[in-house]
Amino acid sequence: MSDEAARADELRVPAAEWRATAARLRADGFDFLQNLTAVDWIKDERIELVYHLWSYARRQERVVRIDLARAQPEAPSVADVWRAADWYEREQFDLLGVVFTGHPDLRRILMPADWVGHPMRKDYVEAASYNGMPTTRANTLELLPIWDKK
Amino acid sequence: MGELIVANADTGEEMTLNMGPQHPSTHGVIRFVIRTDGEIMREAVPDVGYLHRAIEHIAEKCTYEGFMPYTDRVDYVCAMPANHAWALAVEKLAGLEVPPRAEYLRVVTDELNRISSHCIALGAMAMDIGAITPFTYILREREYVNELLEMICGARLTYNYHRIGGVGWDMPAGWRDKVLAWCDHFAPVMDEFDRLITNNELFVRRLANLAVIRADEAIDYGLVGPNLRGSGVDFDVRRDVPYSIYPKLRFEVPVGRGLCGSVGDAWDRYWVRAQEWRQSVAMVRQCLEQIDGTDKQFWTPPKKLKPVGDAMARVEAARGDMSCYVVGDGGANAYRARFRTGSFNAMGIIRETSRGLMIADLVALIASLDVVAPEIDR
Repeated sequence: MSDEAARADELRVPAAEWRATAARLRADGFDFLQNLTAVDWIKDERIELVYHLWSYARRQERVVRIDLARAQPEAPSVADVWRAADWYEREQFDLLGVVFTGHPDLRRILMPADWVGHPMRKDYVEAASYNGMPTTRANTLELLPIWDKK
Repeated sequence: MGELIVANADTGEEMTLNMGPQHPSTHGVIRFVIRTDGEIMREAVPDVGYLHRAIEHIAEKCTYEGFMPYTDRVDYVCAMPANHAWALAVEKLAGLEVPPRAEYLRVVTDELNRISSHCIALGAMAMDIGAITPFTYILREREYVNELLEMICGARLTYNYHRIGGVGWDMPAGWRDKVLAWCDHFAPVMDEFDRLITNNELFVRRLANLAVIRADEAIDYGLVGPNLRGSGVDFDVRRDVPYSIYPKLRFEVPVGRGLCGSVGDAWDRYWVRAQEWRQSVAMVRQCLEQIDGTDKQFWTPPKKLKPVGDAMARVEAARGDMSCYVVGDGGANAYRARFRTGSFNAMGIIRETSRGLMIADLVALIASLDVVAPEIDR
């Protein structure tokens, strides 16, 4: 998107300042945490958090970006600032392994509790089995007895 | 979830019950762990993810155009707006233009799909609290909508109709008249449905003042669409963050007023959807009137689709603000795609709202939020 006006509504903040910024934005009327996305920029060794905020009173959007070190992605939780963040943060923790410090209940939300790894990481490789169940199967066509005769 | 299933042995009064994931009233494969003291719930803790199909991950594995059929599976009850959200996000990202005729066809199909989705929502809600007749009655209307959508795109549920840069097909000969004829037929059906169930005294008494969600709570938890408007917040993406040809249409945004109880109760959420039917029918009529003046072109296929950057598209689906955020890195596939959906937020508020409700009211609460399980899990 090359919309200059939209770019003006963007902020990039360090993780350490996020809680103070979040409280300021909330007080400033941005009452709806519309979306949270984590993006794995594996080549740059960073994970980027993208928060989309919306103000119902001002009908205005604000985008906040936070860069985290990919080796140890940690950001402060804002679940007490916007309660919608509770589930959003659980999802990004589950799928990308971002740890939200201070989250009241940081459990996996979509994957099973005993799943290993974070599937939306770019270097994720699925294990061969989960709890004894294979995660891949042979092409059944290749199992046809006709192949044995040839 | 294991740690949550702890019976309180000290008093012997608090019980932990499991509801789902295979339960007819949970609207799909969802599980609740309910802590209850007799009939009164301490809280119902939702456990989701049973229908997680990693749709966002699939988006990284196929081309922008090739991902379109998967968007149908985000919310199979209302697939058309998910098509629209994906098309809109990629078009924004790549700076593509859409022919006017396609915009009209997109909105007509979105609104028809919203009507059929609300048929399920309202019929199922009545059925969940014990009124069986309205469900079968209104599902017949949904069947007509399915026929209309099948005529235009060949599918009844997972449409794959919108394209990046337009729509897949123009409307077939005679389709316009059939849609208008059905709109004429549906008008008295809506009034009859109101007499049958909306204003039925038993139904109203059952739902008025039940599971009230205040406006500030709704915003805080990120509720969207009819659930947000049911709580009295006057906001609709179609009007307030306009996209497509919605600015050219005249329509009202129904907002919960607490007509039978208090603002934000389960009946208000129901009522908002019943009013949205009428607005959608009006929009369909206007689109089919205005589409006559448009050029015949319905699709401008993109030539080379390897965009760089990111874009956010917001669409008003039947379950509210369905947004698609897409990041491109110059490849033929999206680098990252994200769908934010109304059902996900709606599930997030259930733990809070369920406190102090009767067990039997949990089903009414879930139904009033119009939660669709695959839309939560994606």
